[in-house]
Amino acid sequence: MTLFIGSLQLGLIYGFLAIGIYISFRIMNIPDLTAEGSFTFGLVISAVATEAGHPLLGIVFAILAGLVAGWVTGALNVYLRIPAILAGILTMSGLYSVNLLAMGSKANLTLIGKETIFQLAAPIFGGSMNTAKTLVNLILVAAFIVLFYLFFKTRIGLSIRATGDNEHMVRASSININTTKLLALAISNGVIALSGGILAQYQQFADISSGVGMLVVGLASVIIGEAFLGQKSILRGLFAAVLGSIIYRLLIALAYQTNIFPTAAFRLLSAVIVTIALAIPTIKQLYDMQRAKKENQSHADTF
Amino acid sequence: MLTLSNLTKTFSKGTAHSHKALDGLNLKVNDGDFITVVGSNGAGKSTMFNAICGDFFLDRGHIKLGDKDITYLPGHKRSRVIGRLFQDPLRGTAANMTIEENLALAYTSGRIGPFHFPLNKKNRDLFRERLSSFGMGLEDRMTVKVGTLSGGQRQALALLMTTIVVPDVLLLDEHTAALDPVSAETVMRLTNDIVRENKLTTLMITHNLESALHVGNRTIMMDSGKIILDIAGKEREGMTQEDIMQHYKNANIMLADRMLLTR
Repeated sequence: MTLFIGSLQLGLIYGFLAIGIYISFRIMNIPDLTAEGSFTFGLVISAVATEAGHPLLGIVFAILAGLVAGWVTGALNVYLRIPAILAGILTMSGLYSVNLLAMGSKANLTLIGKETIFQLAAPIFGGSMNTAKTLVNLILVAAFIVLFYLFFKTRIGLSIRATGDNEHMVRASSININTTKLLALAISNGVIALSGGILAQYQQFADISSGVGMLVVGLASVIIGEAFLGQKSILRGLFAAVLGSIIYRLLIALAYQTNIFPTAAFRLLSAVIVTIALAIPTIKQLYDMQRAKKENQSHADTF
Repeated sequence: MLTLSNLTKTFSKGTAHSHKALDGLNLKVNDGDFITVVGSNGAGKSTMFNAICGDFFLDRGHIKLGDKDITYLPGHKRSRVIGRLFQDPLRGTAANMTIEENLALAYTSGRIGPFHFPLNKKNRDLFRERLSSFGMGLEDRMTVKVGTLSGGQRQALALLMTTIVVPDVLLLDEHTAALDPVSAETVMRLTNDIVRENKLTTLMITHNLESALHVGNRTIMMDSGKIILDIAGKEREGMTQEDIMQHYKNANIMLADRMLLTR
């Protein structure tokens, strides 16, 4: 049970990461590597603020930090015409220094004994820290799903979706493609940084290398979730991202407990899951072609 | 009135690939004109459209719409008054969005704030009514993703999207060339209806000499970034496809294969 609750809590926290990746990868069609930097950026900002005694402000600043990080990547892309992937890598690299400086050039920071948002919220939920950790995350995730569901129905939300879907069409329309790209990347990284921000206070610990591999972790979550819920609509996609994230954390917890394979192997496993999921259409095509060929060869058509 | 004065543009200037796409092009488009544009490949027809839409800025020359100089207005600001349809039906619509979402984006352009919801009952009713006038059955499939439609249906939808808010000028860049004959005819008929109904000022690029002479009220021919023929009224009525062909040849133009095929 503790295993399940723990995975649920972590899954919800990393669910924000998955939602962010869903926005950049599925909606905007950009594999945005800024994620690795902005996740740590949110984590570090939140940790520093919590250490100074401002856990709530830490969360707010974490989101703002992510928005800025995403905006920088977007600006590199739309104003300076640097390809999106490279723009993301540049921001990610730059953020490493920023994060290190923010932590006073130390590689990690512990928050043991500091007040976190979960301690602030515990009295509301009957004083139990564990309940607070579950419910705070659950409520936040639900709120963000509703927020994004509504947002992607507004004119600007539809414009963002159209930009990811058919840039040609949007270029020939009255929508400013620079605005939609900047906004989408900012929002995506804002919610990713929120993920890091909450995690810092949850684990009461911040580490400079927390963001490594986060893009693949987020992608794996999105893909696992979509295997269950499909990708028919935005609402399903958002739910799928969070569900996938929870399942992903549960798998890690199970692996950890049963010692089937080392937890260290999980990044590799994530990479394999994402590779397989992305390769399925091609593999299916090759398979269908082979089958059609065999089927055809079994008939001795003569003319 | 759309006035193009001395449009000049050289691409890849100063390199071995330097190419003068527009060479002092002058054209006055009167309100309500429906002009067909012919000319061989590389004559500068699409480049002229791109210039009007603001895809690039000119080296020389000015573009005026009415009294307003729009030479340096960004493309996305022009598109509120200049509608445009491309040859590729996939270009004008977003495949992963539904029919009504596509229409909602087009319809609410410049009318509502970014955080307003563009899809409400009133708009849906309008979309349904306009779609049913097309007679394609699209009005019953408004929540279907556009990617599932045929090329002809997508181009018809794109046509509705560009004209649902009536633009000052409509630019059609071979918009029926990629469609099968039946779909092409349908889309052309719908185009004619919409243009006539709204007295739309229209330019249409075509390689079909038959429609070039019979659609609209005026025909221009382009060559090497200039207009070399501009006919309307009696002169145009007396013109045959053979005469137009002769003009192509006189201009010392290698005929496009497509031209021969569509004759």
